[in-house]
Amino acid sequence: MFRRSGSGYTAVPRWLYVFAAVGALFVILPLLGMVAKVNWSEFIPLITSEASLAALGLSLRTSAASTALCIILGVPLALVLARGNFRGQRLLRAFVLLPLVLPPVVGGIALLYTFGRQGLLGSSLEMAGIQIAFSTVAVVLAQTFVALPFLVVSLEGALRTAGGRYEAVAATLGARPTTVLRRVTLPMVLPGLASGAVLSFARSLGEFGATLTFAGSLQGVTRTLPLEIYLQRETDADAAVALSLVLVAVAVIVVALSYRSPRLPHLARATR
Amino acid sequence: MSLQVEASLEARNFNIALDMAPGETLAVLGPNGAGKSTLLSVIAGLLKPDAGSATLNGRTLFDFSSTPDRWLAPHARGTALLAQDPLLFPHLNALENVAFGPRSTGVSKAESRSIARHWLAATDTELLADRRPGELSGGQAQRVAVARALAAGPDLLLLDEPMAALDIHAAPLMRRLLKHVLADRNAIIVTHDVLDALMLADSVIVMEDGQVSEAGATREVLNRPRSGFAAGLAGLNLLTGTARAEGVETRYGLITGTAEEQLPPGGPAAAAFRPAAVSVYLDPPHDGSPRNMLRAAITDLEPHGDAIRVRAGELAADITPAALADLGLVPGTEAYFVLKATAVTLYGT
Repeated sequence: MFRRSGSGYTAVPRWLYVFAAVGALFVILPLLGMVAKVNWSEFIPLITSEASLAALGLSLRTSAASTALCIILGVPLALVLARGNFRGQRLLRAFVLLPLVLPPVVGGIALLYTFGRQGLLGSSLEMAGIQIAFSTVAVVLAQTFVALPFLVVSLEGALRTAGGRYEAVAATLGARPTTVLRRVTLPMVLPGLASGAVLSFARSLGEFGATLTFAGSLQGVTRTLPLEIYLQRETDADAAVALSLVLVAVAVIVVALSYRSPRLPHLARATR
Repeated sequence: MSLQVEASLEARNFNIALDMAPGETLAVLGPNGAGKSTLLSVIAGLLKPDAGSATLNGRTLFDFSSTPDRWLAPHARGTALLAQDPLLFPHLNALENVAFGPRSTGVSKAESRSIARHWLAATDTELLADRRPGELSGGQAQRVAVARALAAGPDLLLLDEPMAALDIHAAPLMRRLLKHVLADRNAIIVTHDVLDALMLADSVIVMEDGQVSEAGATREVLNRPRSGFAAGLAGLNLLTGTARAEGVETRYGLITGTAEEQLPPGGPAAAAFRPAAVSVYLDPPHDGSPRNMLRAAITDLEPHGDAIRVRAGELAADITPAALADLGLVPGTEAYFVLKATAVTLYGT
């Protein structure tokens, strides 16, 4: 009853579909509940208010910046973790992945006591005339902190799947390590890098706890969309719901973009 | 000597020394896990041995006896590797794959492409230049991979079972191509197939348990195998033992035959003969001609071409299905393996 004609055998018991349906509803129902609450007549004015537009613009800008930072920091990390062979590799991986399981607010506190005015690096930076905490830069750092593991995990998986054999062949053909990286490794894991970047962007867009702790909530400077939503919820529920819908829409667009990018057929061949 | 290698790698129980003459093609034969691929990886610089040294055309590839150690990176060795899988870069078309080697060593884009076109033509794949690897058959992809390896202009070509993944139609074509391109070229080809060794190689080494168990000119090794493995490849029975005045004393008894040279009594010697020259009897036959008669218990029966191969430990005999039916042989049967002395070659090992 659930099978299309011409499809092969799958070992999924039918009763499992019931639980799967419950799982799907668990995700979809709350979204419907929120959409049902949207005040459609006021929707456009609500999301185009000065505060809303400022928050949305800041969110998009900072998320783009943190995604770029994730790529710059995450690609070398993933390469070293996937291809390197050194003492403490497992420990390094554990630490890099820590923000995945760490409560964001804890991450924010950690960042504050590193880059904040009295922090580990902050006091030196202060003397150099650089203040990071409670600035837009702090927002980007907070988002990068929580989003980096998504890129590293995704890219490391792609690198391990692609394997090192193509790189070895490239080396025997006379390609230096940097040439191998540029012409073989990165092109082959581009789909993995793209999906990692999309995940990082989505995670950055939704970042709340670390941002609030480390960057505060200053309109136009550090108040991203999730912070704006939280703030509005206290005073104007309609605005909060409308902005939430905007965030959902952006997330849906991002996910759709990443899933639309065709998975290159060679990845299946490479894993054989 | 164009290539000299001495290397050991304790973790893999690998310890090998070999010399290659300029223009020579060397076949490496041996059972799975004998260290054949390890040898190629060590020469290509993909695997670091514990000790040893290697030179290729006077250049030092590695040397662990000098201080500090010398280790040339894989890209600087000029040892292109062709594996069982073509491993063409999936994001590049055939032409760009072949152009990869020259391009990586600083040759201009246009020049690299013209080199690539030359080698695609040489491997009969010029019509596939614009195809992605995913659009090539296994045989086509492997031919392009040969072109890619040659386009890099290697001093030494390393081939790791290049025919193993090809189907029975593509393999002969590839063998012919390799015969053409390997002539006067330094190459090491790892293979399971004695035909590859005969057609492509000037000399062979047989590797067993990480060591060279036999080395020499291809014909020599296959005609007069000294290891059980080489004998199996050549389709010969090989019984080793001690030379006596009348023949060779083996674990199956004394075997007489034709010695190619005088065997010093007491020295190590071997007797080689074809399974087809062996007859099997349940009772000892009684007639006059000088024969060897070896008694052994049958261990296996298996089809072998039109015949049935009867195995008894190290012994093998090929008999007809009708003879098998007459004799009613089953594993465990004690039988007499009989062969004429004229069918046996004896030599010192």
